[in-house]
Amino acid sequence: MKDFIIPWDDTDFGTPAKSGAPVSLIVDGIEVTVPEGTSVMHAAAEAGIQVPKLCATDSLEAFGSCRLCVVEVEGRRGTPASCTMPVAEGMVVHTQSERVRRIRKGVMELYLSDHPSDPASCIAGRDCELHDMAAVVGLREVRYGPGDNHFQPERDGRDNPRHLPRDESNPYFTFDPAKCIVCSRCVRACDDIQGTYALTIEGRGFDSVVSAGAAGDDFLTSDCVSCGACVQACPTDALIENRVIELGVPVREVITTCAYCGVGCSFKAELNGDQLVRMVPHKGGKANRGHSCVKGRFAWGYANHRERILNPMIRDRVDEPWREVSWDEALGFAADRLERIRKEHGNKALGVITSSRCTNEETYLVQKLARAVFENNNTDTCARVCHSPTGYGLGQTFGTSAGTQDFDSVEHSDVIIVMGANPTDAHPVFASRMKKRLREGAKLIVIDPRRIDLVKSPNVRAEHHLALRPGTNVAVVTALAHVIVTEGLADEDFIRERCDWDEYLAYAEFVRDPRHSPEAIEDLTGVPAAELRAAARTFAKGGNGAIYYGLGVTEHSQGSTTVMGIANLAMLTGNIGREGVGVNPLRGQNNVQGSCDMGSFPHELPGYRHVKNPEVRGIFERLWGVEIDPEPGLRINNMLDAAVDGTFRGLYVQGEDILQSDPDTQHVAAGLAAMDCVIVHDLFLNETANYAHVFLPGSTFLEKDGTFTNAERRINMVRKVMAPRNGYADWEVTQLLANALGANWTYTHPSEIMDEVAATTPSFAGVSFDLIDRLGSVQWPCNEEHPEGTPTMHVDGFMRGKGRFMITEYLATDEKTGPRFPLLLTTGRILSQYNVGAQTRRTDNMVWHDQDVLEIHPHDAENRGIRQGDLVRLASRSGETTLRAEITDRVSPGVVYTTFHHPDTQANVVTTDFSDWATNCPEYKVTAVQVAPTNGPSEWQEDYSAHAARSRRIAPAAE
Amino acid sequence: MADTAPEPNAETLADLIEAQRHLEGPLLPILHTIHEAYGHIPDTAPALIADRLNIGRAEVHGVISFYHDFRRLPAGRHVVKICRSEACQSVGGAALSEAVLAKLGIGWGETTANGAVTVEPVYCLGLCASGPAAMVDGKVIGMLDTDRFDRVLAELGA
Repeated sequence: MKDFIIPWDDTDFGTPAKSGAPVSLIVDGIEVTVPEGTSVMHAAAEAGIQVPKLCATDSLEAFGSCRLCVVEVEGRRGTPASCTMPVAEGMVVHTQSERVRRIRKGVMELYLSDHPSDPASCIAGRDCELHDMAAVVGLREVRYGPGDNHFQPERDGRDNPRHLPRDESNPYFTFDPAKCIVCSRCVRACDDIQGTYALTIEGRGFDSVVSAGAAGDDFLTSDCVSCGACVQACPTDALIENRVIELGVPVREVITTCAYCGVGCSFKAELNGDQLVRMVPHKGGKANRGHSCVKGRFAWGYANHRERILNPMIRDRVDEPWREVSWDEALGFAADRLERIRKEHGNKALGVITSSRCTNEETYLVQKLARAVFENNNTDTCARVCHSPTGYGLGQTFGTSAGTQDFDSVEHSDVIIVMGANPTDAHPVFASRMKKRLREGAKLIVIDPRRIDLVKSPNVRAEHHLALRPGTNVAVVTALAHVIVTEGLADEDFIRERCDWDEYLAYAEFVRDPRHSPEAIEDLTGVPAAELRAAARTFAKGGNGAIYYGLGVTEHSQGSTTVMGIANLAMLTGNIGREGVGVNPLRGQNNVQGSCDMGSFPHELPGYRHVKNPEVRGIFERLWGVEIDPEPGLRINNMLDAAVDGTFRGLYVQGEDILQSDPDTQHVAAGLAAMDCVIVHDLFLNETANYAHVFLPGSTFLEKDGTFTNAERRINMVRKVMAPRNGYADWEVTQLLANALGANWTYTHPSEIMDEVAATTPSFAGVSFDLIDRLGSVQWPCNEEHPEGTPTMHVDGFMRGKGRFMITEYLATDEKTGPRFPLLLTTGRILSQYNVGAQTRRTDNMVWHDQDVLEIHPHDAENRGIRQGDLVRLASRSGETTLRAEITDRVSPGVVYTTFHHPDTQANVVTTDFSDWATNCPEYKVTAVQVAPTNGPSEWQEDYSAHAARSRRIAPAAE
Repeated sequence: MADTAPEPNAETLADLIEAQRHLEGPLLPILHTIHEAYGHIPDTAPALIADRLNIGRAEVHGVISFYHDFRRLPAGRHVVKICRSEACQSVGGAALSEAVLAKLGIGWGETTANGAVTVEPVYCLGLCASGPAAMVDGKVIGMLDTDRFDRVLAELGA
């Protein structure tokens, strides 16, 4: 085992780094050269001199309130604060003169006179900057007795009105005003880093206290999103994690990568022994730059949830209770069944589903299990149901199936289109970075049926919100192109140089047609033509234009077409191949990019190379010593169809809950029920496991080594923080299963699997664990040409050569509203929950979102006699469910919206089996529905919960 | 002022906010307008202001709470501010204010039961040469003693 702890430089420079012309100065006799605009404090830190400070930290701009960082500058009067003073050429700074030392001691003495002196009351202990600074300035005693103060609950036998109670409303951290020094770091972190503006300083002078929200609010009722930035910024223990209060300050740290969304934040897992105390965002992480959200920072308690399954289980029939057995017995049972199916029904009756939650190495092994052991290409992955159109669409136009930028790129964007994505909820850390750029003046165009938070939230407002009717993405994107082409806004120089000119001419001819004009489609899309024209002009003329999109683009019957339309827009305006521009799919899951890269699709070997290609097959055939099937295998939905037909009988599902996450739940259930051997490899008895014969317990991201690839193609290291509670990392389990089937695999560490990927896949040729350890992370392609990876793609030319414009003809989905189902349902995610909720539902995040609700416009609600909070029946052609109504004008009339985090709601009972024409990505985002008040759960919900309870029985161990 | 104030409902508040919204840095003018209209900042106002100006509720709260003269509750019909600064204290200001509060049976910042008078502290009215000083409904009075103060309070109907 390799317990890797990297000695990252955690120096706090006090103020942020700047860029500018070099300026030289002398600090305490040491000459140092820094960029213009740098603070004296930062320059001193560069020279290795830490000026004492309390209100400054390098994640925040200088504030100049604590007066501890005063210095003397030769030739200048007074003692300026070094944090707010910019450097000047030839400056001579003294940080330790007698005068400043006396001032600092005096300041510190005043701070401590209003702070509890009992050492046991300081939870942060060695983490407490206040006590550090007292030591640094040499303060031994405080001359002032406790007079008027904020920390004594009682004074002179009476309640001290200045002493405020602790705010324990947030489940993850506590605010104790008695320990607060009112440095404003938390307020500034909330404003400048997170961009939520939930905190303020209430009152003035000695009355000042930190306040969450307005009068009468606490942290939970305020706008706080529990990202943890304030807790991280707090120099004392006024804001501190409850885990630290409970378990003490951690003394050991391991750098790893969050396993929630596609942002892929780097975290320091901080431990005592093998007990994880807290997760703190890692400043050196290039995706998150030291920021985090409520999920990654706090919602990891599911690893120890009582419902986690730690022992393998088997059963002959799915209506029997589970039997806990040894690993050997479970694997033997699974291998026997799979062998029997193979003998009776042939190779092609078996298949696998890889997970976007597991590591690259684990995914690689699962697809290898299908290709090398089952000897077919029946491998698919959950990307099928989210970003498969991205792979197809960007592959066709640009030549690669991935986003073109790194996240830093957004800092250089001038106009940003966000389409069918809700970053503040689904990709919160990236949203904070985007909001920062928007506050700096970049313009925002939101294309979404729903008024997402980015359209209007404190200090951020979209220039244009095109609230289109669900299902009309292609029409809107094509109309944007129409305006750009007909108004002469296309960047023809770029197109001539970088794209296929003839194809452009054909495309321009197509979009110029008046039927694509904003006026012509206004009735169809519901987007006012003038607004659409204005948005097109803003994008084409506004400077660096970047497009970010999510599942609202892909999960449609024309998902691939919309992706191509987006790529067209970027090429049309010359917004490809440099910082600040590009086409960026926001990936839903931590490793959805990686699972696609690793060859999870039935038609592609690792690196997006078609199985029909004999040369590519040859590479793997030589290495694996088997013949690879040249025919593409079955997609998930084809596997289920074949199962119902009786030709597909055995499935190994790693870390995915297809019953809950795939469309048309009843069809999925029928497919699973028809199989002879369903092996579920997961942390919990998920919904799919209700139909499983073998359950193999999985390991969490905290319990294994490996890599995740995020939405920027960044390969981040996942490091084992503690031993797997279930006994094996997931890659070991897959290897055990393969070996039970006679494969004879001998991997001893995931790094060997990555070496095999590098040896077989050109875009990963240079990748190794050693390289990632050295660089922190690396963005593929990483090979001889790009030895340290590729932050921005298509810089000098497209991967496929010339960029290719694609015709994007709008075709209405077959899912149409009518008298029986007059409303359009669209689905999405909420900040505190994640996907099917298997993890977040098993944490305190439930305080924010304990059930799925149906958002409905007041007009539609009134027509149906629905009031706020009413239980309503949501029905479509496929099925029906019940949930509570939330009346809001966030959605337009005619549109309703819900999330799919809770299995007892199961929005996917309602969604249909329509799907993307190119990739079968399901059309989750458009379902014709009717909504009506109701008294109780639907028949399906009742049946389902009875069935689920029955399927989850575990027989008591026979003793 | 407070007597003729319109009901603080969302619509009238929105109108008051809208009237100042074109200004650069409109928050303080809006707060002044609302305060003038109602004699205090109604509890419902911060959220509305935050929404219209597209800033956080907390930011609005921070600004309101910074200024002592923005009230959270309506004051009495008359407002008496008694100086508590050093110069007035040195000529008996502290004893005088204690006597006034005791007579009225209220504490600092409170209003008499009949709604006639609210008493608040103030830190220097610029009348240091003729203390103890106070301000009654915006008018300053110097050279106060308990008798004179009683007459003032009687006039105010306390």
